[in-house]
Amino acid sequence: MAPILELRNLVKQYPAHKAVDGLSLSVLRGGFHALLGPSGCGKTTTLRLIAGFEQPDAGDVLLNGVNVNLHRPYQRNVSTVFQNYALFPHLTVQGNVEFGLRRRGIADAARRARAALDLVQLADKAARYPAQLSGGEKQRVALARSLVIEPDVLLLDEPLASLDPNLRKQMRAELKGLQRRVGITFLFVTHDQEEALSLSDRIAVMNEGRIEQAGSPEDLYLHPRTRFVAGFLGLVNWINGIGLRPEATRLVRGFPSEEMRSRPATVLESVFLGNCVHVRARLATGEETVSELPRNGADFRPGEAVHVCWSPPDEMTFP
Amino acid sequence: MSATSARRLRFWFLAPARCWMAGLFAMPLVIVVAYSFLTRGAYGGLALPWTLENYGRLWDSLYLSILLRSLAMAGAATAICLVLAFPLALFISRAAKRKDLYLQLVMFPFWTSFLVRTYAWLFLLRDTGLVNTVLLALGIIREPLPLLYNNGAVLLGLVYGYLPFMVLPIYAALERLDGSLLEASADLGARPLATLARVVIPLSGPGIRAGSILVFIPCLGAYLTPDLLGGGRTVMIGNLIQNQFTTARDWPFGSALSLALMLAAMLLVLAFLRGARQEPL
Repeated sequence: MAPILELRNLVKQYPAHKAVDGLSLSVLRGGFHALLGPSGCGKTTTLRLIAGFEQPDAGDVLLNGVNVNLHRPYQRNVSTVFQNYALFPHLTVQGNVEFGLRRRGIADAARRARAALDLVQLADKAARYPAQLSGGEKQRVALARSLVIEPDVLLLDEPLASLDPNLRKQMRAELKGLQRRVGITFLFVTHDQEEALSLSDRIAVMNEGRIEQAGSPEDLYLHPRTRFVAGFLGLVNWINGIGLRPEATRLVRGFPSEEMRSRPATVLESVFLGNCVHVRARLATGEETVSELPRNGADFRPGEAVHVCWSPPDEMTFP
Repeated sequence: MSATSARRLRFWFLAPARCWMAGLFAMPLVIVVAYSFLTRGAYGGLALPWTLENYGRLWDSLYLSILLRSLAMAGAATAICLVLAFPLALFISRAAKRKDLYLQLVMFPFWTSFLVRTYAWLFLLRDTGLVNTVLLALGIIREPLPLLYNNGAVLLGLVYGYLPFMVLPIYAALERLDGSLLEASADLGARPLATLARVVIPLSGPGIRAGSILVFIPCLGAYLTPDLLGGGRTVMIGNLIQNQFTTARDWPFGSALSLALMLAAMLLVLAFLRGARQEPL
């Protein structure tokens, strides 16, 4: 299957820095895709290059196999959900959702807009103005407004960043469900690894204007190809150049079994986190590790002599 | 700070403005209202009895036509200012650099007196003025064009004089416009003209309204511009009022005219703002 969106060696140079530096990425049709990276890694610029708000200095943007480098934003069949939603304050919710349909001269704009509002459960607020909506409602209007024009790719710029934490969890589930129902390809930008892992079918981790690694969440978490990816997707214990996830880093009193690798260590402290316990230990080499242990069987006391151990398949090694 | 002392502070802070408005706005207005019900004295002064006659005379077709012409001139000047100011304000608000310079240039005419600037137009437009001299010298025309002392000259003077009052509020509105709305509009498929018509112009409504009022009201009462550039041929209501207080020495009728003008302007602005209030924001 040909990718619906392809970026080839994109470069975007700003006067002060290179925001995107030879980025290549293929996005297959359907599914939830994430561009994950720290702030300043160029992920929002990448989104803007896809939408056409910025022009690349080099490289190509292909949409459905067609090079759209010279297409203006209104000629590209992608749509953006802006971080601040960018709803038109002078139009009602209905008017906002109809906007894109009317620009395309679609006859039954009103009916389609209502259907889109139904989809995001806002049909009863159609006559309201954006100023009369809560943050979560605004976001759903922005989603409806973009989805109703049936873009090839829906671009979402940090869609959950400006919501409060409780709402964020709820919107996560809603976004995922929405994507499944409409079947449109979602590409979203985030700096939150937990958000990316929980929402996405595929994640591309960005760093310094490039894709470090792209793959499924499991793939990236369990088999990161670079130290950056390993560190960005979760905690890593570094033991003699080998990376270990905290949940793969076990602690035993006495000697571990044969198939495990181990190092002697001293417990530093134990932090109760509700669903699990994080136990910090220091190896003889001075390296520190964190072990994520189940609540029962984690009664390690500071100063206790233990062995940090792990099974070799859990090791993450990097060139 | 306690509520009482806050109230006291508020009183003293508002006191200068109150004195000013009472002494220099309310009092003169009361005097004008009183004059408008008096009779013109034999030698131009004020005399009893109280009368409504001054208001009766307003309905004279001569005066009504002057009022209508003034409304038409002020309306036309406002419309032309709007058409000229909007693109300029848009350009300045989108300018990447030299924004301050452009704004200074818009305000530059205020550095010298309105009277002097209006006289300057005389020198440009009269038969032996710059425009006609150049056109004659180039052989484009045989006779000097009648550029001065007509409605066109007055309109030109009004537009020239009040253009900055339209540019600045529209600029302020455009400057506040969130750029992501323009991107959202393009993103949803709007071509630049559609974005202008559907997003930019509606959202600069407050600026357009403020600018229109700031241009329309002074144009309606203008007397210097029609006096100098109209040459007495284009009488606007400002000239008529001025005449009543000077040459005609009919203060009561001048007062009635002034109040009629004020009322007309007030009603128009109220109707205008009422129409605007239908919109959200």
